[in-house]
Amino acid sequence: MNTSVNIAGITFQNPVTTASGTFGSGMEYSDYVDLSRLGAVTTKGVASVPWPGNPTPRIAETHGGMLNAIGLQNPGVEVFIKRDIPFLRQFDTKIIVNIVGRTIEDYCEVVDRLADCDVDMLEINISCPNVKEGGIAFGQDPRLVEEITSKIKVRAKQPVIMKLSPNVADIAEMARAAQAGGADALSLINTLTGMKIDINRRTFALANKTGGLSGPAIKPIAVRMVYQVANAVDLPIIGMGGITTAEDALEFIMAGATMIAVGTANFINPTATIEVLEGIKHFMIQQGVHDIHELIGCIKEK
Amino acid sequence: MTSTVRKKGIVIQNTKLAKDIYSLWLEAPFIADSARPGQFVSLYCKDGSRLLPRPISICEINKEKGRIRLVFRVVGKGTEEFSYLQEKDTLDLMGPLGNGFNLEGKKALIIGGGIGIPPLLELAKKLNCEKQVVLGFRDDIYMEEEFEAFGKVYISTEDGSKGVKGNVLDAIRYHQLEADIIYACGPKPMLKGIKDYAIEHGIKAQLSLEERMACGVGACLGCVCQSRETDMHTHVKNKRICKDGPVFYAEEVEL
Repeated sequence: MNTSVNIAGITFQNPVTTASGTFGSGMEYSDYVDLSRLGAVTTKGVASVPWPGNPTPRIAETHGGMLNAIGLQNPGVEVFIKRDIPFLRQFDTKIIVNIVGRTIEDYCEVVDRLADCDVDMLEINISCPNVKEGGIAFGQDPRLVEEITSKIKVRAKQPVIMKLSPNVADIAEMARAAQAGGADALSLINTLTGMKIDINRRTFALANKTGGLSGPAIKPIAVRMVYQVANAVDLPIIGMGGITTAEDALEFIMAGATMIAVGTANFINPTATIEVLEGIKHFMIQQGVHDIHELIGCIKEK
Repeated sequence: MTSTVRKKGIVIQNTKLAKDIYSLWLEAPFIADSARPGQFVSLYCKDGSRLLPRPISICEINKEKGRIRLVFRVVGKGTEEFSYLQEKDTLDLMGPLGNGFNLEGKKALIIGGGIGIPPLLELAKKLNCEKQVVLGFRDDIYMEEEFEAFGKVYISTEDGSKGVKGNVLDAIRYHQLEADIIYACGPKPMLKGIKDYAIEHGIKAQLSLEERMACGVGACLGCVCQSRETDMHTHVKNKRICKDGPVFYAEEVEL
């Protein structure tokens, strides 16, 4: 049975990775999960310098989901290079580094710093507010998506995944823009912007007022968007958004995702990634599927 | 690989102690084996729409029988679900999590406010020194007798219905209590008051903090508090309450 997949020349032993921000740098979950069993570890977003993040409360539960407004707290690329890359390299897994920034220069600085580092791929989080364009996220303007993609591609030594924001009217347009900019792959979806009100205190549940909605509640939206993007561009897709079980993961794969990422489920069940992987293999055995590629984008139009 | 795993516990007993306050004894040897006072567990709801585990501190540990006791307040649908648990019911939990208290000092002031009181019981049991206990309530009193087995108990109530009218610091001042170590758990304003009091009087203090959490294992960075020194994880000044805490020395944290 073959579960290995290839994206932009990188071979992953299986299609399961982690959604950025839900798995730390892998270290936090290495007591629970043998990281060598994962196709890849996708790290928490790394910026050029340490970011302290938002005030608390940063977390609010919603029906079937959760809102977070961590504010991309991270130790910056220097600590990441010294501490996290050597840690992850002890394991037989690929490393996808998620990169955050407030300006295109911020992103490029991290990309440059990682150029000679032993990491396999870069994933660019373009849901960050762009300080030079009045705070609108890079990922909400196709012109900016293409610009940032092409500027990163010129400098990056590793293949580049652009992580798309779902907070747009037409996700396919953003995917095409990233493809035009030279992206090697796409990942989607990031969180949906939401809000929760604490009615007893008559205030926002999150100190940041708004937060990113994740978890099972967003899965149907994510599957729909993966399907739309798979039909709009020729790039490989890493699908994510509320994946908790193998059945969830298989929906994304059939919709067109070459790999899938487990996110919020890690918080609920630290061994969720392994359970999703085992479940995919079990499904393949039961259905007589010899190669995972038989499932990727296999849905039939009625 | 680890001692903290998500496993099933069995309900031994669930009783109501006061309005919205419940005492839950669970058979959970995987937690009781290694748990220390001041640590907490993540308790999972059966209703799948409530994803996140509820962090609840451990009130008592019975290693011999493999049991732990949790005393919690009903504050929402998740804790309401736990309040309905009955003998022999099972539920998922993970732990023990967090660092717990350091047992130290010769004369201790153990200070609890509201639902911050329960985790201090196991501490009072384990501390081997002179102990004074100060418990602050809004109105309903609970667990007072249980603490009396381990030291003299002083009460404060907001409405003055029992003990000193006011908060725990009012009771400490009224009774002129002295100590070389303070252990405290309760709402943030209370902890801030105790921190200032401890610094003013040159008393070492360990404070147990709480915050909204998601993962409980230090990954999501949801439950941070501001720290005086740069933290080991992010190299900013944010310590993770679930992993670096929940117990901090007063001078470590900005409240």
